[in-house]
Amino acid sequence: MTINEIQDEIIEEFSVFDDWMDKYEYIIEFAKGLPTIDVNKKTPQNLINGCQSKVWLDAELTDGKLSFTADSDAIITKGVVALLVRIFNEQPAKDILNSDLYFIEKIGLSQNLSPTRANGLLSMIKRIKSYALAFNSLEK
Amino acid sequence: MQKSIDELRKDFPILSQKVYGKPLIYLDNGATSQKPLTINSNIHRGVHFLSGEMTNAYEKARATIQKFINAKLSEEIIFTKGATDSINLVAFSFGERFVNEGDEIIVSEMEHHANIIPWQILCERKKAILKVLPITDEGELIISELGSLITSKTKLLAVAHTSNVLGTINPIKEIIEQAHKQNVPVLVDGSQAILHSKIDVIDLDADFYVFSGHKMYAPTGIGILYGKKELLNKIPPYQGGGDMVDTVSFEKTTYAELPFKFEAGTSNFVGAVALAKASEYIESIGFEFISEREHELLHYATQKMLEIKGLKIYGTSKKKSSIISFLVENIHAYDMGLMLDKMGIAVRTGSHCAQPLMKRLGIDGTIRASFSFYNTKEEIDFLIKGIERIRKMIND
Repeated sequence: MTINEIQDEIIEEFSVFDDWMDKYEYIIEFAKGLPTIDVNKKTPQNLINGCQSKVWLDAELTDGKLSFTADSDAIITKGVVALLVRIFNEQPAKDILNSDLYFIEKIGLSQNLSPTRANGLLSMIKRIKSYALAFNSLEK
Repeated sequence: MQKSIDELRKDFPILSQKVYGKPLIYLDNGATSQKPLTINSNIHRGVHFLSGEMTNAYEKARATIQKFINAKLSEEIIFTKGATDSINLVAFSFGERFVNEGDEIIVSEMEHHANIIPWQILCERKKAILKVLPITDEGELIISELGSLITSKTKLLAVAHTSNVLGTINPIKEIIEQAHKQNVPVLVDGSQAILHSKIDVIDLDADFYVFSGHKMYAPTGIGILYGKKELLNKIPPYQGGGDMVDTVSFEKTTYAELPFKFEAGTSNFVGAVALAKASEYIESIGFEFISEREHELLHYATQKMLEIKGLKIYGTSKKKSSIISFLVENIHAYDMGLMLDKMGIAVRTGSHCAQPLMKRLGIDGTIRASFSFYNTKEEIDFLIKGIERIRKMIND
């Protein structure tokens, strides 16, 4: 599936909820389903600053495609990063670089995150894109 | 006659607001108290004052605050931007006059960053040493260590009256008495205390007492520095500008008398009047009523919270203000705060500008519910239900 196909799938899944607590419940499920990150990957280099909770994100390149593992000490944040992993895993680096993450606004995450929290989410995306940029230039 | 809580709540328009379609339950009073109608309408009137009346109103506001904290003289009341500004003023001016290389300043382990960083800046500037009065696991200052912590090099003790995280009400009179025995003046950060009980700076014998308007039903951007006249007279101005001078020439400028020496630039007249109005509002409700009511809410919330599986309260001093910091086992403070917010419950999460205290407690942050007299037991019940729902969602 392409990045946009997965985004549409997520929007569809969230469309059944009109209450925020139900959305959070769903996000928590995602968090619980996120594969555990290798403890050795929870390094200061992989730590993303910018929100009240800690987020670790690691990336690997195999056959021209990126795979991500992540973790957070807060479960909502972990759920949000799990959504990003679901979207970007196994995608070509250049598709990641060119992606437009419209799902964030569609499922209401942007308006419901305060500026600092949104920055946390933005920092995660920025980190993912910077991995993609690095691997993209490696490939050339 | 005392108004009922329902009637009093009508003084605060925001309390009937809805967030995410749910009634707002405002439990972040430790950060900013809401504004009663009387203050809002007063600010509006402010712009119509003419210059002369403005000065009168400003000086009348100063006299009102003087009475409010029982200061001896009105010139001992300096209008500032807030508690942070007041502390920075003292750290600069007192530091300039009295602190030299190798001298010591003492703060406590439970301080807000505002009562740590200005002293660190001073210590760096003057090559002085910052020392720390520790706390117990219950969140009380270890006052028995104060005697040995103070040396002949100690120039000032800066300590909170009430902790913004733990809620601990420090025995400030006893602390000041002990420091004075060793000839050390004391600055008290009264930000969390000013709203909850009558402050009497003469009885406390505080050398400096600071607080912010926005924590006592007044707007942001206005606050107070109280200082003993003889001390304020000895220390140099903090900022230069208009209104703080006697005569100015390029060769030599002489400064105005107290309090104007410390009030450079155009005064926050509107803020000062609103602050005085807020203090009158508080007195019209009465500290006896406020503290009784807040104590009841604190007791009720504490009991209910302790029934929640895995909930731990940080700050269990016997003398507490209506602040409860807590965590629930396996749940990040951020998750709890985010979800309570969506239920319409406003609490604070994070380190509460007290990272050294968090380090002492061995945690990254807490969730803090802080109650004002206008909160109700029904709101606390709603908070408890919310915490319980989130606990089940994450832990079960």
